[in-house]
Amino acid sequence: MFGKLTLSAIPLDQPIIMGTCLVLIFGILAILALITYMHKWTWLWTEWITTVDHKRIGVMYTLLATVMLLRGFSDAIMMRSQQALASSNAHGFLPPDHYDQILSAHGTIMIFFMAMPFVIGLMNFVVPLQIGARDVAFPVLNSVSFWLTAAGALLINLSLGIGEFARTGWLAYPPLSELPFSPGVGVDYYLWSLQISGVGTLLSGVNLLTTILKLRAPGMRLSMMPVFTWTALASNMLIVAAFPILTATFAMLLLDRYLGMHFFTNDGGGNPMMYINLIWTWGHPEVYILILPPFGVFSEVIATFSRKPLFGYRSMVVATMVITLLAFTTWLHHFFTMGSGADVNGFFGITTMVIAIPTGVKIFNWLFTMYGGRVRFTSPVLWTIGFMVTFTIGGMTGVLMAVPPADFVLHNSLFLIAHFHNVIIGGVVFGCFAGLTYWFPKAFGFRLHEGLGKAVFWCWFFGFYLAFMPLYILGFMGMTRRMNHYDDPAWLPYLLVAECGAVLIMIGILLQVTQLVWSIRHRDALRDGAADPWDGRTLEWSTTSPPPAYNFARVPKVVGLDAYWRVKQEVTPASTEPFEDIEIPKNSGLGFFMSFFAVIGGFGMIWHIWWMGVLALIAFIALIAWSSWDENDEFELSAAEVARLERAPSHFA
Amino acid sequence: MMFRNMTLSSVARLTTVVACTSLSACSEGIFLPKGPVGSQEKQLLLEALIPMLMVITPIILLTLWFAWWFRASNARAKYRPQWEYSGAIEFSIWMIPMLVILFLGSLAWVGAHQLDPYQPLSSKQKPLVVQVVAMDWRWLFIYPEQGVASVNELAIPIDTPVSFKLTSATVMNSFFIPSLGGQIYAMPGMQTQLQLQANEAGNYRGLSAQFSGDGFSDMHFQVLATDAAGFEAWVERTKSAATPLDAIAYDGLAAEHKVGEVTYYYPVSNDLFDHAVDHATQRPVSAFAAPASASGAKLIPARPEH
Repeated sequence: MFGKLTLSAIPLDQPIIMGTCLVLIFGILAILALITYMHKWTWLWTEWITTVDHKRIGVMYTLLATVMLLRGFSDAIMMRSQQALASSNAHGFLPPDHYDQILSAHGTIMIFFMAMPFVIGLMNFVVPLQIGARDVAFPVLNSVSFWLTAAGALLINLSLGIGEFARTGWLAYPPLSELPFSPGVGVDYYLWSLQISGVGTLLSGVNLLTTILKLRAPGMRLSMMPVFTWTALASNMLIVAAFPILTATFAMLLLDRYLGMHFFTNDGGGNPMMYINLIWTWGHPEVYILILPPFGVFSEVIATFSRKPLFGYRSMVVATMVITLLAFTTWLHHFFTMGSGADVNGFFGITTMVIAIPTGVKIFNWLFTMYGGRVRFTSPVLWTIGFMVTFTIGGMTGVLMAVPPADFVLHNSLFLIAHFHNVIIGGVVFGCFAGLTYWFPKAFGFRLHEGLGKAVFWCWFFGFYLAFMPLYILGFMGMTRRMNHYDDPAWLPYLLVAECGAVLIMIGILLQVTQLVWSIRHRDALRDGAADPWDGRTLEWSTTSPPPAYNFARVPKVVGLDAYWRVKQEVTPASTEPFEDIEIPKNSGLGFFMSFFAVIGGFGMIWHIWWMGVLALIAFIALIAWSSWDENDEFELSAAEVARLERAPSHFA
Repeated sequence: MMFRNMTLSSVARLTTVVACTSLSACSEGIFLPKGPVGSQEKQLLLEALIPMLMVITPIILLTLWFAWWFRASNARAKYRPQWEYSGAIEFSIWMIPMLVILFLGSLAWVGAHQLDPYQPLSSKQKPLVVQVVAMDWRWLFIYPEQGVASVNELAIPIDTPVSFKLTSATVMNSFFIPSLGGQIYAMPGMQTQLQLQANEAGNYRGLSAQFSGDGFSDMHFQVLATDAAGFEAWVERTKSAATPLDAIAYDGLAAEHKVGEVTYYYPVSNDLFDHAVDHATQRPVSAFAAPASASGAKLIPARPEH
């Protein structure tokens, strides 16, 4: 009846896990009680859960990412503490079976459920506004994408209290992830939650790609798109091209695990090397899926706060597109040590390095954007300058490891860990926070507290250097990744410094929460000029903050780059064109219900409760069928109503 | 190396000194290589790292300087609100990274060939052949010419190339001796190769660099690099252990899932390594689960890389 699921799946003997679960359960109960007490259920349902408005979906993606950041960071600080305690003959506080779950969960959650939703959330919120569109191309699909991602996130977190998570590392290399070596449900939690959220990501990619290609405001040629939109275009092209590879690879591993097939097994003609090739043909483009939109954020921020157009727009676009193409040519550098010949290793070493060329160009472009500018040191600018300094170092260590013989001694060492955290924290995370601070007033109508924002930056900045520079040195000393304990006392001082760095980052995160709460409580004082608080250059700043459901009462007409800056310079008289009727998509519960059944079905499959999986699949298909024949999915906002709304002081009054 | 020259190698030496002074207890690590492969890899690493540091340092300084000089409150900085293009600068910012990558790309290509782990080391000495099998979670070293084998202890004579052939009885691992040079994966059903050499006698740390499950952190071995006489003595000592290792004993050993202690075997069957390559089967990791029957193991084709 319940497959492999028994009461013993709940790790009652593990105080750390049970404590965390209790706190989480009480936290969730408290939130639910608060919603009930404040009579907010209807509001939550109509305004958020069933919304198909790209702005709110973007906000929900970002919120999901923030919550997952807390989870992923808890894993991180546990790992740092374990290594700080497990020196010489000590074994720390985490036994290997628990520690191995934590290291796998940290990587999986940070990449798939923190970085991805954050980046997709920013794109979702900003792209339609930047191109003067009223929504994304497929608003209901957008809601489905978000809810599938949320389903994956929920499923992966269920593994905390019910069963176990994978003990394989974040990419679950076979044969370790095959049934004989990982017989538990951990790898199944990994596979099903990523399959479900992966479908969401792919659909989101299709949606945003279509939006950018088909829904730009009249007059906006590709060559007039803001750079953030360009990077979003590139990122979504990569999503559409790369995520099917991931889905297919995981499907093969699932077939191995569930139906006894032999794609990647040790026996029966399976070949684990094939998995490693396939996963990295997704995995390397994934790196650029994550970093390109933050590159776009930095481009917007540095131009806006230098009060200048971006230097070398054309170069920037060319560089972005070159990176997009080259992203698919470098995957083998993740396993120079798998025994390929010198020609193959040399070739992939060079293709990897070639990506440094367009990336270097971008750094120079941001540099020269500041030249001759009037740079205001707001917190988005601090993130940007912090990024330029940090990312350059991370890029250098990456190119270093592209030299195959250097990689032979650095592969899988803490040097590698330091390298990719250097580019992911210094690039993706800094970019997401820059974007968050930059567009927050657009989303909510008030700014975040600036002083706290700067404090957050400095905590993250110095915290990063303290936490990861020692890891570079430890890599040189021969310390490998994923060690539960070690016997070389010389490593300990560096790990203690790294622990301090992690604590500093934790303080930064606590300050971020403080900043958010403080800013919400004092929002009235932070409203000044919220429609265009930074003297922005692109179209999103031309509408109100927050924008109305239809984004723009009159669709803007675009004649060149920096569309809104031109309007402000030319002092165009307010348009007197009449308003027109606007079609607005209706709310839809489809995404939420699909997500619900995805969780049920995924859970059933993980625990081999087959009837549950089958029922959920039937419900899933029925939902799609039902919504496919629903033609009454839009309502019309009359011109008169638009006019009335536009006169009102606030759209959300 | 092709790009070696006086200035560069003296800078490299200086960097090593600085790095090791800061690494208080720099007893082992890739900056203190004890053999030719490790030395060349270190050399190449520094030849790539130092020119890059020379390029990125000015960029970082320029970033900070531009940001500071063009701060909004600096009245002396000239504001150029329309300046967004310069052909000369555009040309330079594409050319600078291109030239750096041209240099580093050549370094990568030449280095990948010179330090190809499969390529025999040039030496007057005949290489010592060691066959390595990664198990859960220990290393088995087979010396086919000496007819001995050991677990978690690798003895090698100094100034002699060692030719490793590697496979895994279980999941993937990576065979790594940081003091001697680069690593290579040990994979089930397949055979990889690695050439290393120690030029200084000493005890070095060997480990798995590829996560392989719960016992991974203890998957260490000692490397005993001694002179030829010391190696002979080690072989003799190993022979006195007198625990034989044939295919059946090997299967029993591979089916155990535990962290290993140093053990010696003699005599060792001739074709044991081929047996290991052909018999990497799916064995349950869990010590509590019944081990899959070794007799039921199917033969699978070896997949030599080259």
